Amino acid sequence: MSDPSEALASAKGAADRIVKVKRLNACLTPIKELRKSLVAQASAAHPSGVLYGMPVAVKDNICTLEFTTSCGSRILEGYRSPYDATAVAKLRAAGALIAGKTNCDEFGMGSSTEHSAYGRSLHPFDKTRVPGGSSGGSAVLVAAGAVPAALGSETGGSVRQPASLCGVVGIKPTYGRVSRYGLVAFGSSLDQIGVLGRSVHDAARVLSVISGRDPKDSTCEERDSLRLPTVPESLQGFVIGVPKEYFPQELDPAVRRACDRAIRLLRELGAAVREVSLPHTVYAVATYYIIAPAEASSNLARYDGARYGPRFDGSEDVRALYRTTRGEGFGPEVRRRVLVGTYVLSSGYYDAYYRKAQQMRALIAQDFRNVFDRGVDLLFTPTTPTPAFKAGEKLNDPVAMYLSDIFTVTANLAGLPAISVPIGRIRGLPVGGQLIGQAFLEDEMLEAAYALERAVPAGEEA
Amino acid sequence: MASAWETVIGLETHVQLRTVSKMFCGCSAAFGAPPNSNVCPVCLGLPGALPVPNEQALKLAVRAALGLGCTVHPRSVFARKNYFYPDLPKGYQISQFEQPLATAGSLSYLSPDRGVATATIQRLHIEEDAGKSLHDRFPKQTAIDLNRCGVPLIEVVTGPDFRSPHEARTYLLTLKQVLEYAGISDCDMEKGSLRVDANVSVRRAGETTLGTKTEVKNINSFAYVEKALSVERDRQIAVLEGGGTVAQQTMLYDSKTNSVRPQRSKEESHDYRYFPDPDLPPLVLTEESIAEQQTLLPELPAKKRERFVEKYALSVTDAAVLTADRAVADYYEAVVHAGAEAKTAANWVMTEVLEDAKDHADGLRVAPGALANLIGLVRGGTLSHQAAKRVFAEVAERGGEPRNVAEALGLVQVADTGVLAGWVSEVLGTHTTEVTRYKQGETRLLQFFVGQVMKASRGKADPKLAQRVLEEKLAS
Repeated sequence: MSDPSEALASAKGAADRIVKVKRLNACLTPIKELRKSLVAQASAAHPSGVLYGMPVAVKDNICTLEFTTSCGSRILEGYRSPYDATAVAKLRAAGALIAGKTNCDEFGMGSSTEHSAYGRSLHPFDKTRVPGGSSGGSAVLVAAGAVPAALGSETGGSVRQPASLCGVVGIKPTYGRVSRYGLVAFGSSLDQIGVLGRSVHDAARVLSVISGRDPKDSTCEERDSLRLPTVPESLQGFVIGVPKEYFPQELDPAVRRACDRAIRLLRELGAAVREVSLPHTVYAVATYYIIAPAEASSNLARYDGARYGPRFDGSEDVRALYRTTRGEGFGPEVRRRVLVGTYVLSSGYYDAYYRKAQQMRALIAQDFRNVFDRGVDLLFTPTTPTPAFKAGEKLNDPVAMYLSDIFTVTANLAGLPAISVPIGRIRGLPVGGQLIGQAFLEDEMLEAAYALERAVPAGEEA
Repeated sequence: MASAWETVIGLETHVQLRTVSKMFCGCSAAFGAPPNSNVCPVCLGLPGALPVPNEQALKLAVRAALGLGCTVHPRSVFARKNYFYPDLPKGYQISQFEQPLATAGSLSYLSPDRGVATATIQRLHIEEDAGKSLHDRFPKQTAIDLNRCGVPLIEVVTGPDFRSPHEARTYLLTLKQVLEYAGISDCDMEKGSLRVDANVSVRRAGETTLGTKTEVKNINSFAYVEKALSVERDRQIAVLEGGGTVAQQTMLYDSKTNSVRPQRSKEESHDYRYFPDPDLPPLVLTEESIAEQQTLLPELPAKKRERFVEKYALSVTDAAVLTADRAVADYYEAVVHAGAEAKTAANWVMTEVLEDAKDHADGLRVAPGALANLIGLVRGGTLSHQAAKRVFAEVAERGGEPRNVAEALGLVQVADTGVLAGWVSEVLGTHTTEVTRYKQGETRLLQFFVGQVMKASRGKADPKLAQRVLEEKLAS
C-alpha cells in the first residue's frame, strides 16, 4: 500500500469492522472518536512507511497521545497520556494507524479480561467463554478480523495465552527487545510489549518496527534488527526440544493430541525433536506470583488520586484520600496482588519470599541455558493447558486462574522470546502451540513458527 | 552536668550534585524556577515513564566517593524505597540500599576538642530527591512543587564518631569544603543543596556501649547544626538524669523556638520495602571510569593545608584559613609565585583580600600579580604598610598598577630627611607636654610621635626614617 486513498479506505474499513464486533467489547475507544482519528491519521501518515495504512489496535495499558489510557482500571478512567509510548511512536513513524485502545484485565492482571473495569470481552467464537487475557481485547479484534495486528503486553503470558485461546499468533519478544517506555508498568522485570497478529508474518512485521534500542528505557538493548521471516525450505538443522515438564499427566488429552500433531509436523519439516527437561518448571508459577505482585505493589503506588486520575471521596486528610481512591479505584484482583506484593517485600518476609523467588528465578533461567547449551535451538510446548474456558468459571478461584499461565510464565521469568501459533481446534475452540527461543534470537523462532503455521491445519480438530 | 556525660553523634548528609539536569530525566535541576515548571513525565512519575541515569551525576558521585577515601564498588544496585507521600509522585524514591556505590571511607577534620580527628564514612550512595510540600502557602491546603523531584543527591553516612555538637559541625564544614573543592556540589544549605540528619545519643562518661539514639531532622542551616544537636543532647541528659529512658524516635528541630519535638509516630514507622529497581540495570563502573574521576580530583583541603605548612612555613591555623576555599588557596599561591614573600603574602590574603572579598560577593578583585607588586613596594620602602592598604583598596575599586596608583595618590614614602624634619618640628611643636614627659624618661612615647608624624604626612613619611629624625631632635 502506498496510495493515500488506499490508506483512507483501510482506515474506514477498520472502523467499520470494529463497529461490527462492538458486542465483543474488545475496543474501549468510542467509535466516533476512533473513526475520526483513523481518518485523520490516514491522511497524515507517511506513504513511505513500511506499515503504511495498516491499522494496529493498541492495548489500553500502552500510552497514546490520542485516546484515553485507562489500563482497564477505574483509577485511570479518562486519563490521557501527554506522550506516545516508544512502540506507538515507532508504529506511527512507519505509517501505521492506531486503531483504538483494547480492553484488558486491569493493569494486565488477569488471564480472562474479566478483570476489566469496563466489562469483560467476549470470545469471538463463543460469547459464553473468555478470550483469555490480559490482552484479551487485542486478541479478539485480531481473531474477529477487525485488524490484522494489535499490540498487547506480557508479564506472564498475557499475549500468548489469549492468542492461543482466540486462534491467532502472539509474540512475546526477548526482554529488552522492545522499549517499555510508555507501557504502564505491572512487573517491570517481566513486562514486555508483544504483538498479536492474524499470521506470523503480520505479527513479525509489526514486531520488527517496534523493536530496537530506546534511550528512554535503560533495560532496552542495542541489538541487530529483526529480519522479516520467510518461509524456510525446511527445518533441517533445527533442534527442537520438548520439555517433559510441560506435558503433565493431567494435560487435556485434546491439547496433547494437537501438540503431538504439531511435533510430528515439525519433524516432517526436517527438525530434530528431542525430549528435554527443565526441572525447576514446577516452581515457576509460585515464583512468578511473588515477583510480579512485589513489583506491582511498588509500580502501582503512584495511583493515589493526588495528581491525576479520578479522586474518590476522602477529603479529610491525605491518608483518607489514598485509602478511598485506591480502595475504590482498584478492582479486587489488583488489590489482592498489591497486598501480596506489599507482604512479600515487607521487612521480616523479604528473605523468605522475594529473595528466595529471585533465587528460584535464576535457577529457572539456568534450566533454559542448560538446554540451549546442549544444542537445542528452540523448545516446543503447549501455550495453554486448555482451550478457552467459560466466563466466570475461574473468577472466584484465583489459583485456577493463575494456573492458566503455567506454560507461559517461564519465558517471562527467563526473559526469553516465545510465540504462540494456532495448532488446531478442540471442540471448535482454537488452541496454540508455543515455541520458546533463545534470548535475542527471534529470527530463528519466527522462521520455525512460520513453517509450523504453514504446515498445521489450524482450523481442524486435533 | 554535661561533663559526666558523653555525647555520641553520627551524621547523614544529603548533598545535591552539581549537574545541569536531574538524576533520571533531562529536566533542569536549577533552584528557584516557578513551581512545577521543571517537570516531565519521568520526574512526575506519569504512567509508563522510565528512569535513565544521568551520566554526569554518576561521575560526580564517584568523584565524591574517591574524595572521601571510599572504596568505590564496580557494581552497585539502584533500589526503590517505598512510601506514600504527596510530594513523592511514584510512591517510591530511587535510592541504593543493599549494594551502595561506595563504602569504607574517612574524612579527617580539625576537632575543636581533640585536634585532628577522623570520621568514618560508612557508606555513600546515589539517590533522587523528592518534591517539596508547602504547608503554609495556602490556608488549610498543602501545595506541591515537584521541581526538586528527581534532583540528583548523594547521601554520606558517618559512623557514630562525633563527641560534641561542635565537632559534628566542624566535620560538616570540612565535608562541605571537600565537596566544593572537587566541584561536586555548591553545598548551599539555604537552597537545600546540603541537608543533614543526625543520630544523637548520650552515655555516662567511660561507658563503651551506645545509648538509645534519636534522629534529629529539619536542621536547615549550618548555624543550627550545633544548636539543634545541643538541644537534643541536653534533652536526653535531662531525661536520663530524671530517671527516665530515651525513646528511639525522630525529633524535629524548630529553629524559631530552638527546641525539638517528636515527629508524630504516624509520620514515621515506615517499612520502606526496599528492593532492587527493575527499571535500572545494576550500575557497573569500569576501572578506567573510576580512575578518570580520581585524576579529576583536585588536591583536597587537608592535603593542601599540610603542604602549605611545609612549603610556606605557615602555622596550621593560617594554612587552614588559606585553604578553606579553593579559590583563595589558588590565589594565595599565585601571589607567592609572583614573587611575594610567603608569610607576608599570607597576612595580606587573610586580612585585606578576604575582607574585600567578603564585601564584594566573594570576588578576589586585586590580581595576584598586582598584590605581589604592592607587597614588593612595602618591602622596598616605597610605601608604608598603611599607605599600601589604601593603594590596595584603590586598586580593588578602580584597578591599575599599584606603583602608578600610589604615585597618583601621592602616597609614595618620603625618605628625604629635610622634608621629614619639617613634619617632625610641626609635631613636636604642637605636643609640648608629651615632649616634656619624654625628656623626663617616658621614652615609650616615641611611637606616639612616629604615629603623629605619619598622620601629619598623611602616611607618606618613611616610618623608620621618621623615628630616627625624631630621636635626634628629642635628644638635642
